[in-house]
Amino acid sequence: MSNLAFSREYLDRRSFIELDARQRAKSLLDAGTGRELAGPFDRIESPWLAIQGVTPQADDGCIVIRGTIDSRQTVVIAFNGAFQGGGIGEVSGAKLTAALDLACRDNENGKPTSAVLLLETGGVRLQEANLGLAAVSEIISSIIALRRYAPVISVIAGPVGCFGGMSLAAGVSSYIVMTPEGRLGLNGPEVIEEESGVEEFDASDRSLIWSIFGGQQRHDQGLADVLVDDDADQIATTIRDLIVKGVPAIHRSEQVDLYRSRIAALDTSTQWDPSLVHSLASSHLVRHNFSEGGGAAEADDK
Amino acid sequence: MSKFTGIRGRVWFKALTRQETPMPGDPPSVLVADALIGDDNARFLCVVPDPDSRFPCARHGEVGLEQAYTLAARIREVMKADNEKPAEKSKKRPIIAIVDVKSQAYGRREEIAGIHLAAAAAADAYATARFAGHPVITLIVGQAISGGFLTHGYQANRLLAFSDSGVLIHAMHKEPAARITRRTVAQLESLAKTVTPLSYDVRDYAKLGLLYKLLHVSNPEAPSTEEISLVRNAVIEAIADARKGPTDLRGRYESEDAQTARKASRLIRARLEEQWNQ
Repeated sequence: MSNLAFSREYLDRRSFIELDARQRAKSLLDAGTGRELAGPFDRIESPWLAIQGVTPQADDGCIVIRGTIDSRQTVVIAFNGAFQGGGIGEVSGAKLTAALDLACRDNENGKPTSAVLLLETGGVRLQEANLGLAAVSEIISSIIALRRYAPVISVIAGPVGCFGGMSLAAGVSSYIVMTPEGRLGLNGPEVIEEESGVEEFDASDRSLIWSIFGGQQRHDQGLADVLVDDDADQIATTIRDLIVKGVPAIHRSEQVDLYRSRIAALDTSTQWDPSLVHSLASSHLVRHNFSEGGGAAEADDK
Repeated sequence: MSKFTGIRGRVWFKALTRQETPMPGDPPSVLVADALIGDDNARFLCVVPDPDSRFPCARHGEVGLEQAYTLAARIREVMKADNEKPAEKSKKRPIIAIVDVKSQAYGRREEIAGIHLAAAAAADAYATARFAGHPVITLIVGQAISGGFLTHGYQANRLLAFSDSGVLIHAMHKEPAARITRRTVAQLESLAKTVTPLSYDVRDYAKLGLLYKLLHVSNPEAPSTEEISLVRNAVIEAIADARKGPTDLRGRYESEDAQTARKASRLIRARLEEQWNQ
């Protein structure tokens, strides 16, 4: 993968990141099977933006497409990072929740249906504040309901990444797929700098940002399941393989004791240089005098 | 920021459980206790400030890594215990989140260590408990902000909140929200008068249809015995109501207030349902 940048495959590949949300969703589905639901011609817009002088969009930046992957029923929900930073508003949030709930109902009725979330989002859309936050809580709940029956796969390709409340949605997913251009975290760099100061986080330091939030780092840490190139065919193959694999025996966000013991083992006495954090479990950040739970901290979740 | 942040959580945890020490092995910032409420032995959970926390960005009542994983572990402990009970005693115990959280922790260490997963693990535990039939009740006594609230409390099937100006339920504190949306605080406040979801007033929040009940307590930092029993009774009622209803969150958009406040949510849900099998 590291040689890709200089190879012929790089020149021949079809970029996923360069596709818009609708094209991204369709690129994952079996050819000709994609059917968009509650699309732009239904014109269900956010009722809160125009009154604030913000132009709404006919699909509210969230695209829902049903189809098949490897002939299996799948719903793909894609966020458009170019509209309000992919922020979750009342409509886009309810759209995602409703799609997950309908997939869940199909599973309960014996019709297996998986979900793929293409996340390009900074989290809650601040113009819809409390309804956005409520929507995120409902999204999290509906992912947890659905993943009992079928995998819910989150893809974070970039360039926006996945931040804010939606990082919890990624966190409760069955699988997370990232490209090196994708970023995942609860608080973005600007928010941390704003809230805790530039000494805590210099939001202009790009290498700091990528060494913490980037797909490569998240994968090395075991916080993302698959690292893929920015290649639509490779991403489609990866998603298909994960759907075939099915629901994992245990979800990452259920492994409380493992991750709690890792946190307990960390040395927080000084600020962390991210170059030390290649893998949290074996990093220099583990307390030297730490014994209790230390064994668990060495364990790998995979 | 409210001067009450972190005081109210402890006051109400103590008022409802008569306890205020963390469980063995837990950080001082997470209070967990089992206490009788009505006929139930419920598990109460609360995040409080710890000025000596070893995570510097989680000292003032923020929900950080340790807090989130402790909540998750203590919720899963109850689920496991109830699961192992014989079927005839299978009435699931209530889980009560007392919420007074300033926000999530905004720190470099937190992001490196994957605070999004910690937050997800806590939300997962609350939601999984709810789906398993535990009544999950949230009592908002102070602040309930952003990722802090998503982590601790927002997965409940019944939300209760105090109705005074010390209560703040929001996606972001006023000042940063104004800066990020390129407005002054005055402009934001004026917009919030007509745009209900922007409002910082809990009485406006109540109009969104998300709350089960608003509770009036005249002095939430030093409640009277009568006020404590009023709140206790409201929680008991919420537990009974949760046991009668569905285990998902549909009550939030099917409520009477949601019929008007969340018209667009309801419309998009209806449209997707119509088109799902076409």
